[in-house]
Amino acid sequence: MKRWLIVSIAANLIALAGPGTRAATAQGAAPAPPTNLTVADHPWDNGDSLDLKWELSPDDASLLNYQVFKALGQIGPVNQSPLEFELVGRVPPGTGEYQVSHVPAEIEKSVKDMESHRNLFSDPPLPEDPRKKVKLKVSYLFRVVAVAKDGAPSTSATTTEPFTPTREWFMGNRFSLSIITVIFCGAVIFWINRARKGKPIKVRKIAGLEAVDEAVGRATEMGRSILYVPGTQDINEIQTIASLAILSRVSKTAAEYDAKVEIPVARSLVMATARETVHAAYLAAGRPDAYNEDLIYYVTDEQFGYVAYLQGMMVREKPATCFYMGAFYAESLILAETGNSIGAIQIAGTAMPAQLPFFVAACDYTLIGEEFFAASAYLSGSAEELGSLKGQDVGKVMVAVLLLLGVLMATIATMADNATLQDWVTYLKEIILT
Amino acid sequence: MKRTIPLLLAMSAGFVMIVAFFIPATLTWGEKVSIWFDILASIAFILGGGNLLKVQLKKISDKTAGWGYSVITVVAFLVMLFVGLTKFGVNPNPAFPAHGHWAGQYNEIGSPFWWLYEYMFKPLQATIFAMLAFYVASAAFRAFRAKNFEAILLLVTAFIILLGRTAAGVFLTDFISADSGFQGLRLENFTGYIMDVFNTAGNRAIMIGIALGTASVSLKILLGVDRSYLGSGEE
Amino acid sequence: MAQLMTLGITAAFLILLTFAVISWTNFFKTIDRRWVFLLMLFSVAVPVYVIGKTKQTFPEKALPLAQAVFDEIEKLNEGDKVLLAFDFDPGSEGELGPMATMFAFHCATKKLKMYFIALWPLGRQMIDDNIEKVIKPDFPEMIYGEDYMNLGFKAGNEGVINVIVTDIKQLYTTDAYGRDINQIPMMEGIDNIQQMDLILNVSAGFPGTKEWVQYAVTPFPHQIRLVGGCTGVQAPLLYPYIPEQLPGLLAAIKGASEYESLVIGKYGGDGISGKYLEAQRRMGPQLVAHVLMVLLIIAGNIIYFVERTREARP
Repeated sequence: MKRWLIVSIAANLIALAGPGTRAATAQGAAPAPPTNLTVADHPWDNGDSLDLKWELSPDDASLLNYQVFKALGQIGPVNQSPLEFELVGRVPPGTGEYQVSHVPAEIEKSVKDMESHRNLFSDPPLPEDPRKKVKLKVSYLFRVVAVAKDGAPSTSATTTEPFTPTREWFMGNRFSLSIITVIFCGAVIFWINRARKGKPIKVRKIAGLEAVDEAVGRATEMGRSILYVPGTQDINEIQTIASLAILSRVSKTAAEYDAKVEIPVARSLVMATARETVHAAYLAAGRPDAYNEDLIYYVTDEQFGYVAYLQGMMVREKPATCFYMGAFYAESLILAETGNSIGAIQIAGTAMPAQLPFFVAACDYTLIGEEFFAASAYLSGSAEELGSLKGQDVGKVMVAVLLLLGVLMATIATMADNATLQDWVTYLKEIILT
Repeated sequence: MKRTIPLLLAMSAGFVMIVAFFIPATLTWGEKVSIWFDILASIAFILGGGNLLKVQLKKISDKTAGWGYSVITVVAFLVMLFVGLTKFGVNPNPAFPAHGHWAGQYNEIGSPFWWLYEYMFKPLQATIFAMLAFYVASAAFRAFRAKNFEAILLLVTAFIILLGRTAAGVFLTDFISADSGFQGLRLENFTGYIMDVFNTAGNRAIMIGIALGTASVSLKILLGVDRSYLGSGEE
Repeated sequence: MAQLMTLGITAAFLILLTFAVISWTNFFKTIDRRWVFLLMLFSVAVPVYVIGKTKQTFPEKALPLAQAVFDEIEKLNEGDKVLLAFDFDPGSEGELGPMATMFAFHCATKKLKMYFIALWPLGRQMIDDNIEKVIKPDFPEMIYGEDYMNLGFKAGNEGVINVIVTDIKQLYTTDAYGRDINQIPMMEGIDNIQQMDLILNVSAGFPGTKEWVQYAVTPFPHQIRLVGGCTGVQAPLLYPYIPEQLPGLLAAIKGASEYESLVIGKYGGDGISGKYLEAQRRMGPQLVAHVLMVLLIIAGNIIYFVERTREARP
C-alpha cells in the first residue's frame, strides 16, 4: 500500500512536470534540441546561399536563441580528424529556418576598398567577409543548437550528408527588376525606332533650354565670356555625361556666335572628355580655328577649393553667362549667388534634389531633374533622342500605376483588415519594389 | 575609327555591367570594369596636375589679371606635393627601422603635412562652407517673392519651418496643449509633419523622375544614339 | 499671455518695417548685398556674444525623438558598453560637434565603458577633440584602456560595419595610437559590436547612420541597439527607420539642443562648463538668423508689392 502510494505520487509529479517546465525546473538544464534539420540550395542565386529548416525545440518558449554552425563537409575518403564547426548565425526563438547567405555585391566591393586602403606594413590581411558563409563547389555540414536563456546549449541537430550549393543562371531576387528593365528599355527603343521612321514627337517647351541661344548671344554682345561648370563629379556620374551633351550644343552655338566658353573642371577625366566634346562642336560649327583647348582646364578635385577658384574667377572676369550643369553639392548656392552678384544670366541644371531649391531661388532658369536629362535631346532636336523621351514616359506611367495600385491595396487592406491584400502589399513592397 | 572604337568600348562595358547585375556567373565582370575605371581615374590625376601647372604658369608668365593667385596656387600645389610624397618630417616606423621615415604615416600627427592640413586647409574649407549662411540670407531677400499662389504657399511653409526649428516656434504655439487634439498645430510638430509628409513626397517625386531620366540617358549612350561625349552628335 | 504680447510686438514691428520699406523703397530695392551680409553677421555674432557673457540660453523643450535618445542612454547601467561612432568632419562640426560632446559627457557621467570609432578619415580628430575636451579634464579618474578607448578610423565605409558586426579584432589589431588591442583591458572578451549595449552614431553623410542601420541593426535587430544624431539635411532620409531600427534621432542643432537640455537638466548642476551648452548657445544665433531671414523675406515682398502697385497705377 505504502509502495503504491509512493509510486502514484511520483507518477503524478512526473505528469505535472511536463516538457515545458523542464528548463524551468533545474538551473543550467539543457533545453531539448531542434529536430529534423534539413538543408536545401537557395533557388535562383549565385551559388552562395543555402536554406536551413528545422523543427522547433519543444522548449522553444524558454529559449534565448538558436545557433547555427557550419563545417566543411568531408568528401572522398573519411577523414579521421573531428569536424570543426564555426558559428555562422543566431536566430530568435520561434524561427525554424535560416538562410546562410551571400553578401551583397556592394558590401563585397566595400571590403575590397578596405583591402586597398590597409597599411601594407602594419595591418594583417583582411578576413574573408564573415557573411560570405558558403562558397560555390564547397560542401558543408550544418548544426543547429538551441540555447536556453541561461546560456545552456542543447545537443545539436546535425545534417548527416555534406551539401554543395549550386549556382543558377539568373538572380531570382532581381527577376521583377529585370521585367521592369525590359519593359522600360523596350519602350525607349520602340519610340526611338518610331521616331526614326518619321513620326513627329512633341516635347513641351522648357524655358531654360529656350534661353540658351539668348544667353550665348548676350555674352557675344557684351564681349564677355561664357562660364560653363559641368558639375563637381567624375565622368562615371551620369549627370556629368548629360552635362557634356549639353556642353556640345552650347559650344556649337558659341562657336557660331564667336563667343568664348571657359570650362574649369574638377576632374581630370572630365577635362579630357570635355576637350573632345568642345573640339568636335567647333568642327561641326565650321570654326576649328576658334577652338582653344586651354579654356578647358583642371582646377582641383577638392569641392571647396574648386568653388573658391570659380568665385574668384567670376568676380575678376565677370562672365556674362553662367551655366551650371551637372552634379553639385553644397557649392551650388555659393556659385549661384556669386553669379548673381556679377549680373550674369544663369542657367542651371542638376539632378541633386537637395540642391535644386538653391538653383531655383538664385538662377534665372533651372532644369529640374528630368528636364536636365532631356536637355540634350531637346537642344539637338534629333528625332531619335526625342523618341527616347517618349519612351521614358512609359516608365512614368508604370510608376504611376504601381503607386496607385499599391496605395489603394494598402489602404483597403488596412481598412478591411484583409489578409490576402496584406500579402499582396507585402509582395509588392518586398519583392517587386526591392 | 577614332569614334567607333570608343563607342564599342562604351557599349560593351555598359552591357557587361547590366548583364553582370542579373547573371550570377558574370558578377565579377562588372567589378573588373569598375576597377578599370578606378585605374584610369588614378592615372588621370597626373594629367590634371600637369594641366594645372601648365595653365597657372601660363597665367603667371602672361601676367594676366589675377596672376598673383596663380602664384599662390602653384606654390601651394608644389609644397603639398613635396611634403606628402617625400613624407617630409615624418617619424620612422619602429616596426620597420631599416626603411627610415618612408615606413611612417604620411599624415602622422605633428608632421608638416598634417600641420598644413589641420591649420590651413581645414579652416579654409570651413570658411567657404560658412559663407553659405550669408548667401542664403541675400538669396532670401532677393528671390523669395509671393508672385503667385504656389509662391505664397512656399513662403508660408518657409516661415513655419524657419520658426519651427527654433525656440521661437515652440514659444509661439506653447499655448496649445501637448496632449490636446490640436497638438499637431504646435509649430515644432507641424514642422516635423511638413518635413515627413510634404517634403518627403516632393523629394520622392523628383527622385523618380531623375531615376527614369538616368536610365533613359544611359540607354541612349549604350545604344550609341547619343554620341556627344565622343564629340559631335552628327555622323 | 506671453504669446499675445509677443504677437503684438511682432505686429507693431512689422507695421514699422512696412512703413520704412515703403518710405525708402528705392534704397531697399537697390541695397548692396553686403548690408544683408552685415545684418547676418550681427545676427550671429551678437547672440553669440550676449549668450557667452550672460550664460543665458533659450529654454528648450525636448521632443519625443530627443527624449528617446536620452532614455536609451539612461537605461544603461554603470559598466555597460557603448560604441560611439563619430562619422563627421570639421565641416559639419557646427551642427554635430555639440551632440558628440554631449554623448561623451552623458556616457562618462553614467560611467559607461566607451569605445570610440570613426568611419570618416577626419572623424578620428573629432574623437581626439572630444577626449581632450570632455574626458581628460572633467573625468580624470577615467583610465584609457579601462574606461574608454579610441579605435580610430578604418577605410572601407559600410564594409567596416559589415566586418566588425561579427568580428572586430580581425580588423582592429591596434587602437588609434598603435597599441595592441589584445593588451587593452576593456577589449577583453569583446569579439564584435553585438556585445555593445548601445551604439551612438553621429553622422554627417556617407557612411553614416543609414549604413549603421542597414548593415548593423537590420541583420541583428535583437542584438544591436542604435540611436544617433545627424545633420538637418539627412534627417528626412532617416525618418523611415524610426522607431524600429532607430528608436531615437537628434536632427541637426535643434535635436542636439533638446538632448543637451535633458542631460544638463539631470546631470548639469550650477556652474556647468560652457562647452556643454554649445548646442543651446547655438540655438540663439539660429533663432536670430532665422528671424532675420523671415524679416528679409517680408521686406523683399513689401518692396515687390509696392513696385507692383506703382506699376499698376496709370
